[in-house]
Amino acid sequence: MRVYVPKDAAARALGADAVAEALTREAEARGMEITLVRTGSRGMIWLEPLVEVEMDGLRHGWGPADPRDAAAILDGAGPKALGPVEELDWMKRQTRLTFARVGVVDPASLPDYAAHGGLAGLRRALEMTDAQIVAEVRESGLRGRGGAGFPTGLKWETVRTAPGPVKYIVCNADEGDSGTFADRMLMEGDPFCLIEGMAIAGLAVGAEKGFVYIRSEYPDAIAAMESAIAAARAGGMLGVSVLGSGRAFDMEVRVGAGAYVCGEETSLLNSLEGKRGTVRAKPPLPALEGAFGRPTVVNNVISLASVPTILANGAAAYAAQGLGRSRGTIPMQIAGNVARGGLFEAGFGMSLGRIVDDLAGGTASGRPVRAVQVGGPLGAYFGREKFDTPFGYEEFDGQGGLIGHAGIVVFDDSVDMLAQARFAMEFCAVESCGKCTPCRIGAVRGVEVLDRVAAGDPAALPLLADLCETMRDGSLCALGGFTPYPVMSAVTGFPEDFGGAREAAE
Amino acid sequence: MSMSEAPHAAEIGARLREIVAAHARLDGPLLPILHAVQAEWGHVPRSAIAPLADALNLTTAEVHGVVSFYHDFRDAPAGRHLLKVCRAEACQARGGRGIEDSARDRLGIEFGETTPDGAVTLEPVYCLGLCACGPAAMLDGTLHARLDSDRLDALLAECGA
Repeated sequence: MRVYVPKDAAARALGADAVAEALTREAEARGMEITLVRTGSRGMIWLEPLVEVEMDGLRHGWGPADPRDAAAILDGAGPKALGPVEELDWMKRQTRLTFARVGVVDPASLPDYAAHGGLAGLRRALEMTDAQIVAEVRESGLRGRGGAGFPTGLKWETVRTAPGPVKYIVCNADEGDSGTFADRMLMEGDPFCLIEGMAIAGLAVGAEKGFVYIRSEYPDAIAAMESAIAAARAGGMLGVSVLGSGRAFDMEVRVGAGAYVCGEETSLLNSLEGKRGTVRAKPPLPALEGAFGRPTVVNNVISLASVPTILANGAAAYAAQGLGRSRGTIPMQIAGNVARGGLFEAGFGMSLGRIVDDLAGGTASGRPVRAVQVGGPLGAYFGREKFDTPFGYEEFDGQGGLIGHAGIVVFDDSVDMLAQARFAMEFCAVESCGKCTPCRIGAVRGVEVLDRVAAGDPAALPLLADLCETMRDGSLCALGGFTPYPVMSAVTGFPEDFGGAREAAE
Repeated sequence: MSMSEAPHAAEIGARLREIVAAHARLDGPLLPILHAVQAEWGHVPRSAIAPLADALNLTTAEVHGVVSFYHDFRDAPAGRHLLKVCRAEACQARGGRGIEDSARDRLGIEFGETTPDGAVTLEPVYCLGLCACGPAAMLDGTLHARLDSDRLDALLAECGA
C-alpha cells in the first residue's frame, strides 16, 4: 500500500513529520507493508497535514491529520476521510499546468518526474533552434511572475542576441513577499520542473550555467533543490551533455542572507557576486550586463517553472488560458485570515471577490472581510468595493494596485489600517538597501508622519501624500517606489481609520 | 568550540583557510563563505574579516560592508536558542502582533536581544512562507505554524525560558 505524506514546509510546520512516524509505527504494529512517500503539498493548507492513501488506483485523502489518526487512515475510514483528492472541489476547479506534479510526485525522484510528464519540454527544446524556443515562449504570452509582468520571451530574445561568450540563467527564488509561497511550494514539491525550465532557458539564450538564489528563510526548499540538482546531474539531466544532446548546462544553489531587497533583480545580482545587496541603476539591463557583467536572464521561479509545460504542450495551449494581456495560468496564494488558505492555480481573470468569498470561504475568524492586500508588502489594500476586479496585470493596475507575485492576504474588520500603513513604511525602512534617498530617508520620515497622523496632526496627511509622491517617483527600485501603494491605498480606501487628523483638518 | 566564547584569531585561522579553500572554485564566493563561517562559529568573528579580505583580494571595509549589510550575519553569538517570529502582514492578519507581544513579554526582551541567562535570542523575520497557516515562527531552524499564546509558551518552555 502506498501512503503519501507531504514534506512541504507548511505541512511540516503543522506536524506532518509526526504523522508520518505514527503511520510507520502503526503499520509495523499491524505487520502491514506500506510504502511511505514524502511529497510536496497539494496546496490545500487548511487540510495539512493531508495524508493520501492509494486505493484501487485512486488517491484518497485524510486531513488535517494528527498522529492519533494513523489507525483510522490505515483502516481506510474515520471522520477525517475526504474521499478521492482529485475530486475535491478545490482541486477540480483548478487548471494546474505549472503545479501539475506538486503534491503528486516524489520530489527527490527523477524517474518519478519523468513518469509524470517531466522532461518532455526539454526533449522538445533540444530538437529546436534557440530562436524557435524563444519564439515559443514569446507566443505563449508568459510574463514575469515575480511581479513585474515583463514578457519573458522578449527578455530571453535580448539575452539570446546579446554578444558574449558567457551568459547566465539566474533564478530569483528570493520570495520575500508576505502572502506568497508559490516558489517555496514548487521548489519543495517539484524541483526538477524548475531545473528543466532553467535548462530550456539555457538552450534558448546560449547559457551553460545557472544559479538559483534562494532565501535563507527557506531551508527546506534549499535542501530539496540541492538534492534534485545532484540527482539531475547523476541522471544526465544536467552536466556536459544534457540528456545526451552534447549541449551543456549546469546549475548551483546560492543562499540569500535575510535581505528582502535582494528579491529586486539587480540587488540579487550584487548579492550573487558576493557584494552588498544594493540596487544597481538601469541601464545597463541585466539582460546585457547581468551576473559578473555577462548577459543574464533573471526570472522568477514560477516564470521558469512554467516553461516546461509551454514547450511540452505548445504555446497555444498555454495562451488559451487567461484574460486580456495576462495569458496562461497564475498560481494564486490565498493567505492571511481565511477559512481556506493555500495555492490555487487557474487562468487569469477570476474576480478578487470570487477568490476571497468563494474559494477562501471568507475569514477564519468568522468576522467580515475588510481589506485584502494583493501583491505582497508593496501591494495595495483593496476594500470590498473593488472586489469585482478581475485577476490580471492591467486590471489591477487600473484599480491602483498590482498583482505582484499573486499573494492575496485577507484581513477581517479588526484590522487597523493606520497601523498597516505605518508597518509598510517601517518595513521599507528596515529593508531599504540605502542606495537612494527617497527610500532610505523617506521610509523613516513616513513612520514619523504616520505617528503624527495617529496623534491627530491635521498637517500630516497632506505631508504624507507629498512624501509618497516623492518616494514613488524618485526611488531607484520597487521597494521605495511601491511602498506608497499600501500606504496611500489605506489612506484613500479606509479614510475612517485616519480620522483623527482628517477631522482636525476639517 | 563553544559558541558562547569569542574564538581566538589563531584558533580560527586554520579552519578559516579550509573554508576559503572549499569555496575556491565558486564565482562570487563571499556569501557562501560567510554562511560557512557563521555555521562554524555561530557568528562572523571580527577576527575573521581581515584574513577573509586577504584571501579574496578585497579590502577589510568591503568584507565588513557585506557582513553588516545582511540581517543573517551576526557579529556576536546568539543565545542557546534562536526564536524568529514572523512580523509580516499575512501573520498579522491572523493575530501575529499578539504573538510578537507575547514573545517579548514572556522573554522580557525586545527583538534583536538575548535573555540575560543566554537562553534565547529573539529576532524578527519577514515571512517564512507559511502565510496560509500563520502566525508562524522558527525555533532553531524548525518551523511552527498556527501559533497561539499556549503553543508559544510550550515552545519557550522547551528552551528553558
